[in-house]
Amino acid sequence: MATVETRGITKQFGETRAVDGVDLATREGELLVLLGPSGCGKTTLLRMIAGLEHPTAGEILIGGRVVNELPPRTRKIAMVFQSYALYPHMTVYDNIAFPLKAQGFPREEIPKKVEWAATLFGIQRFLRRKPRELSGGERQRVALARAVVREPAVFLFDEPLSNLDAKLRTLARDELKQFQRRLATTTIYVTHDQVEAMGLGDRIAVMDHGKVRQIGTPREVYDEPADTFVAAFLGSPPMNLVERDDCILGFRPEHFLPKGIHEGQVATFPFHVHRVEYLGADRLIYGELTGKWGEALVIARLPYTVGTPIQPGETYDFDVLEKDLKLFDKATGRRTEPRPL
Amino acid sequence: MDARQETLALEEPRPGRLAALVDREEWLGPLMIGPAVLYVVLVVGVAFFLAIYYSFSNITVGARDLQFVGLRNFTSVVATTKFQTSLWNTFVFAFVSQALVIVLANALALALFKEFKGKWLVRLLILLPWVAPISIGTIGFLWILDSTYSPVNWTLEALGLIGPEGWFMWLGVPHLAMGSVIAIHVWRLLPLATVILLAGLSSIPRDIHDAVAIDGAGFWRHHLQITIPLIRPIILVAFLFGIVFAFTDMIVIFVLTRGGPYDTTQVLTTLAFFTGIQGGDLAEGAAIALFLFPLLLAAAIVFLRIARRAEVT
Amino acid sequence: MVLRERARRAAARGAHAGVLGAFIVFSAFPFYLMLIMGLKQTTDLLKRTNNPFIWNQSPTLEQLRVLFHDTLFVKWLLNTGFVAAVVVVITLLLAIPAGYALARLTGRWGEQLGIGIFLTYLVPPTLLFIPMSRVIADLGLQDSLWSLVLVYPSFTVPFCTWLMMGFFKTIPSDIEEAAMIDGMSRLGAFVKVVLPISMAGILTVVIFTFTLVMQEFVYAMTFITRAANFTVSVGVPTFLVHGDVYFWGSIMAGAFIAAVPVAIVYNFFVDRFIAGFTVGAIK
Repeated sequence: MATVETRGITKQFGETRAVDGVDLATREGELLVLLGPSGCGKTTLLRMIAGLEHPTAGEILIGGRVVNELPPRTRKIAMVFQSYALYPHMTVYDNIAFPLKAQGFPREEIPKKVEWAATLFGIQRFLRRKPRELSGGERQRVALARAVVREPAVFLFDEPLSNLDAKLRTLARDELKQFQRRLATTTIYVTHDQVEAMGLGDRIAVMDHGKVRQIGTPREVYDEPADTFVAAFLGSPPMNLVERDDCILGFRPEHFLPKGIHEGQVATFPFHVHRVEYLGADRLIYGELTGKWGEALVIARLPYTVGTPIQPGETYDFDVLEKDLKLFDKATGRRTEPRPL
Repeated sequence: MDARQETLALEEPRPGRLAALVDREEWLGPLMIGPAVLYVVLVVGVAFFLAIYYSFSNITVGARDLQFVGLRNFTSVVATTKFQTSLWNTFVFAFVSQALVIVLANALALALFKEFKGKWLVRLLILLPWVAPISIGTIGFLWILDSTYSPVNWTLEALGLIGPEGWFMWLGVPHLAMGSVIAIHVWRLLPLATVILLAGLSSIPRDIHDAVAIDGAGFWRHHLQITIPLIRPIILVAFLFGIVFAFTDMIVIFVLTRGGPYDTTQVLTTLAFFTGIQGGDLAEGAAIALFLFPLLLAAAIVFLRIARRAEVT
Repeated sequence: MVLRERARRAAARGAHAGVLGAFIVFSAFPFYLMLIMGLKQTTDLLKRTNNPFIWNQSPTLEQLRVLFHDTLFVKWLLNTGFVAAVVVVITLLLAIPAGYALARLTGRWGEQLGIGIFLTYLVPPTLLFIPMSRVIADLGLQDSLWSLVLVYPSFTVPFCTWLMMGFFKTIPSDIEEAAMIDGMSRLGAFVKVVLPISMAGILTVVIFTFTLVMQEFVYAMTFITRAANFTVSVGVPTFLVHGDVYFWGSIMAGAFIAAVPVAIVYNFFVDRFIAGFTVGAIK
């Protein structure tokens, strides 16, 4: 059991700074998600924690110990790769046994340990097979078994679900979360999929261009985004961001409803509708805010419970509850205090 | 003329029969590949069948025509100790040298796999034995192994390992001569095997090496249990190439020892040359050279197997 | 723990350098000797107690002078150059279309044919040279460089076809398809669109063919008898000997000149060569 901490960790590749002074500290037993678009530095950060890359500056601590100089095998970590990186020429048994043999585990104990890890993921019957005979989901479990067999202090996951079909992914996500809860091992999980991040993470660190924009629980990053980047990255469709004089106004599509639905203090906007998408459980309304809002493009998401007829080409009054309205500084993008409009 | 007729007019095929051929892809393929195939089949094929034909005849360099003599060339040649020694030597030289090459090439390929400063220059120096004309490299070794002037002997003496009278006759003593030939085969074919293995190493996904680092394997386990088994088919390819090149080589021995001392370094190819070209007995020379064919056939079959397996996986 | 790790890494680096160093010495020392000896005075050379690895007396250009003025070395270089140039042209003309056809225009039987062509590369000159010598003599090309021009493509074409096939396979066929939709025929697309992009591959084939020609010995030794018609590969090892006396200085100088410049050029193209080779094989 250990926590991972980074202090001012930086990685420079020639001219580019892939990771730019990141300070992070996990809590024991939590699943921390590193979330961001491709190129934001999340994988580089993970690889530095693993010891696969050397930081240009800064420190990495695992279990309170500075590990910068230590190779991966001495850090008591395990990693699951996006491609699973199973050894193709070895059986599932040998794949799982490999880390034990490599680190000098007593030979008589190995079969029992492998059996335990395999049973944890229900792959005992595959032990004699080779990876190429298994499906994607089965291979993923082998990768997990191989990671867990050494009982590491920290788990590192690099987008392990992105190679699975969409249907399998939700199931796998659920199993992964249960397994992590059960073992209560500190886990750092990299993904670009914000739904996955929200579903899995105890906390999410949203990254962009090598910097962490915000760390918080899913609720915190979603409901109280620290800046426009986080606000726009989370949520599908993303938060509507509208410029007005000296600030940026933000409100989520699901909070943008026809007049009369909300009860309480609201702000009203004239909404000229371009297009309506019927998606079954919701309707997505695409349009623009007219008048003083200068044709800002926005999207509204109406759940099926709101049956108000909406016609393209018409203009309606739409409301947002004042507490759901976020203000951002125009220059920096950072959240500012709410003030009267 | 309305618009539709105009667009239709654009789609007419170009006139002329050659152009029509070229437009039809079923013809273009054979047309493009024809000359090469024709040439190779003609030259290689005809020569090959002539080799077989001559070996069953009594043709000599000066002769105007030839007669069929059945298996006489083969039977008479096979019975000689000269031939048997040559056959044995050919196999020994090829297999021993290439076994050494594979072991060394694995080490060298691993060493070259990392990026480091000056890699370009290092690679140039390592490639030299392969790129240099075989005869040129070998003439260098004629000096290096010369009984009077050999720098190897000089170095051994300078290191105090032998005395001034103890200079080895690298090319004049039977087992030393064989060792020298094997060493030069290794020297020459190491770069090729290394280059092939390097290509194989780069086909291993990087993730696998990362996984091994995380799993905790040290250097030897990493490479002996993971890296090398993963490039096994490529090692086989490199080995096969090396065997074929060493097996069918004539130049090294011709330049170095001319087959001596006392035929201890004679191989099939040099024997064929001395018998057929210098000795004038083309028929017997051809017969001797044909003994190369079974191994080449075996190599070709193995290649085909590998190629088929590469397609399947 | 950290200190031990640092020491371990330093040792690994040292071992790495050591291994590389050993291989470099092993591979390159003959050429080093060629360089030294080519510029060494003959009295220095032939004194067996002198250090063979350095110049004990001051270096000299005498060996080079002998090589260039008193031997046929320059003629051999010209001969080799001539044969190489013509063979390169022939090989390009045959192998480039064939490689393209194998990469694009043939289906199953194309695979087989491709492998078949490659396998002919495995039929060595040492098997064919005896009947070839007779054929060459019958054609009256004995002792002529044209005999080499005629025969050398038999081993350059198979390998270069394989190489070009590999190169063409790495070019996505979208580009040609776009050209054909725009109005070109398949052949036109090949000439106007594919060839210009393949210049790197073609250049590699040129270099490779050149080195193959330069290295060839068996046919050259068999077909050519007069010293003036030798190629470098045959001339340097055989002719620079009068009786039992080897003109080592000149031999080594000639050897160095014949080997090293080509190797430098070759080194530029090795990566491309590997890429083309393995794509053809591994797909």
